[in-house]
Amino acid sequence: MKKDYVRPVDFRNGRVDMSHGSGGRAMAQLIDELFVAAFDNEWLRQLNDQACFAVPGGRMVMATDSHVVSPLFFPGGDIGCLAVHGTINDVAMSGARPLYLSATFILEEGFPLADLKRIVESMAAAARDARVPIVTGDTKVVENGKGDGVFITTTGLGVVPEGVEISGDRARRADRVLVSGTLGDHGVAIMSFRENLEFETTIRSDTAALHGLVAAMVAAVPGIRCLRDPTRGGLAATLNELARASGVGFRIREQALPVRPEVHAACEFLGLDPLNVANEGKLVAVCAPADSARLLATMRAHPLGRDAAIVGEAIEDRQRFVQMETGLGGSRMVDWLAGEQLPRIC
Amino acid sequence: MCLAIPALVVERRKGDDAVIDLGGVRKTVSLALVPEAVEGDYVIVHAGYAISRLDPAEAQRTLALFAEIDRAAA
Amino acid sequence: MKFVDEFRDGGLARVLAGKIERAVEPGRRYNFMEFCGGHTHAISRYGVTDLLPASVNMVHGPGCPVCVLPIGRIDNAIALARDHGVILCTYADTMRVPASERSSLMKAKAAGADIRMVYSAADALRIAREHPAREVVFFAIGFETTTPPTALAILEAERQELANFFVFCNHVLTPAAIANILESPQVRDIGTVPLDGFVGPAHVSCVIGSAPYEYFAEEYAKPVVIAGFEPLDVMQAVLMLVRQVNEGRHEVENEFARAVTRDGNVKAKALVAEVFELRRAFEWRGLGEVPYSALRIKAKYARFDAEKRYGIVYRSVADNKACECGAILRGAKTPKDCKLFGTVCTPETPMGSCMVSSEGACAAWYTYGRFRDREAA
Repeated sequence: MKKDYVRPVDFRNGRVDMSHGSGGRAMAQLIDELFVAAFDNEWLRQLNDQACFAVPGGRMVMATDSHVVSPLFFPGGDIGCLAVHGTINDVAMSGARPLYLSATFILEEGFPLADLKRIVESMAAAARDARVPIVTGDTKVVENGKGDGVFITTTGLGVVPEGVEISGDRARRADRVLVSGTLGDHGVAIMSFRENLEFETTIRSDTAALHGLVAAMVAAVPGIRCLRDPTRGGLAATLNELARASGVGFRIREQALPVRPEVHAACEFLGLDPLNVANEGKLVAVCAPADSARLLATMRAHPLGRDAAIVGEAIEDRQRFVQMETGLGGSRMVDWLAGEQLPRIC
Repeated sequence: MCLAIPALVVERRKGDDAVIDLGGVRKTVSLALVPEAVEGDYVIVHAGYAISRLDPAEAQRTLALFAEIDRAAA
Repeated sequence: MKFVDEFRDGGLARVLAGKIERAVEPGRRYNFMEFCGGHTHAISRYGVTDLLPASVNMVHGPGCPVCVLPIGRIDNAIALARDHGVILCTYADTMRVPASERSSLMKAKAAGADIRMVYSAADALRIAREHPAREVVFFAIGFETTTPPTALAILEAERQELANFFVFCNHVLTPAAIANILESPQVRDIGTVPLDGFVGPAHVSCVIGSAPYEYFAEEYAKPVVIAGFEPLDVMQAVLMLVRQVNEGRHEVENEFARAVTRDGNVKAKALVAEVFELRRAFEWRGLGEVPYSALRIKAKYARFDAEKRYGIVYRSVADNKACECGAILRGAKTPKDCKLFGTVCTPETPMGSCMVSSEGACAAWYTYGRFRDREAA
């Protein structure tokens, strides 16, 4: 008897069409040849609508993110690895060890399968390197014009070790503020690609999974008060969030902020402030003064924390302002950004 | 008011186009308003156009002026 | 960054602070207006005020072309995109300026108007070339620094025989605004706003040169020091102004000698003169009608003039009655004197020109300085 022949998915020239989301054979084939093949783990191989796993004892942490970044591919990464890193980091910022991820895709009709494959393989590599499997997911297709190519949502689960209480409302007066490395890399890398703003730079996105760094930090200083990754809105947004939640103010020093010269320069071109520019592979930590030296040393010993620095401290302030001592020696506020950050000529 | 940056002209291209460099970031801008600028010159760039040349000697003089011992202090 | 970092050096800032401290005469107050929004921004962003003695008061002027763009002109721009189906190209600065009926270019874009942010006039030209079937309008704003690129774009459009490129011209002039301030009753007659001198614009002066300010220094007996945009430039300019005031001089001095000459950029000026001519009057938000303060496209280039092509009719729209921008722009009041400041009027929901761009006096104070208000509160 002749063996069943199924034409393989055309990843070179094919495009997403409505059949890929309809639940029929085409969708099953896409899932099999792309998602299961790339993410490849025992849960996905079972081809169930859910993943079943034992949960180690302890407190569980769950985090979810949607990713709508444009451009989809940028120096240093793409929407795929950004999604994996982003959710791993959100889970890790509680001090938890990330265990499992889910990933859903909303695909626009007409989206090139070659790009989808590239994104999915990037996600698979990121998940493998982080040792956090993508165990379940979903795919839907929307009509042409109703999506931006692809939207990805990732959800992550993790477990927090005993004795670790990390939360945005725990900062206290005199606590030290640390950042794990250079600020503004991701936002500048993205802007360098945006239409009408092309400039040449070797700045790459810093997108990275930070759970290894966090594990080392928590082991060295279990009493860390706050951890947060300064994504949209940059360090300015994160410090204002922490100030508001904890009911303190912050005072940071401009000279202490690690910023690559090229990021400074790109921000000059566009009239942006590195404090407001997104990061995807950095974290902000708040700890007791006595712990700061040890925490800094631990961070610097880790590949993702080589440029870590102590940048300031929490102060008593009922109005919860974030202040900065400028390089000039004066003072100014570091405020939330008003609306989306736009380049300016004036 | 007008966001402008001092940048180094690293390469003149066809017509008025030139590649400028500030702190390692490069961009192609127009020298149509400062056509006499050559590679190695510094120019002030605003909204994609160089609007004047920057004189390095004057810049050094200005910096020296900042640091000058105060005549009035005597 | 060469020629940037050196002019932000903290050590030199302390040296200059010391010199200014020693230069100010005891018992005397000095009020200097920094005309340019870029200087307002530099002062706020670096906390320059902390390094100046209390007797030196910096008054923030109207040199922010986005801030002084009247609501009616933004309405016109929105209408172009929304009703005429053009591709409206604009600098990003204008996107969030509130227009009538709670609209803005940003909101109009969200509602489907084809509004695109560009970094340069050349980008708008390129878009026109790439979309020959669509009409492209460049929303031209800015002082004399930004005008030559618009002139170049029009001349290039002519050279390329583009039939689908138009410019909506809102270019304004610095000297006219300075004159308007100096002529205002508060400054001239009543004397409620003593202005002892001006910190002159940096990049406008690259184009127009230092010569145009000589008229003001002479006529109004006020010193003008043209300053670069870095904080050390501003401090040096303050020192030079203090010395002029002490010595009873009223001259034009050029601190930004590394980029500004007396004649400015002759080629740029010639290009502007070729394409543009003076409007008899133009409304400035917060200042009202200012004579001979703005430019329009000459008849020779009328076919690139969006106002002619689309029959644009300007309708003046008044600001909120409680808005104190007019007084603030003239230095007669400070942001804290305005009832709306910080409550109804914030950078997210700006009511008037001073809050609309990050360089406006109110926006700068709100974003960088309001943590100081609690000392008074």
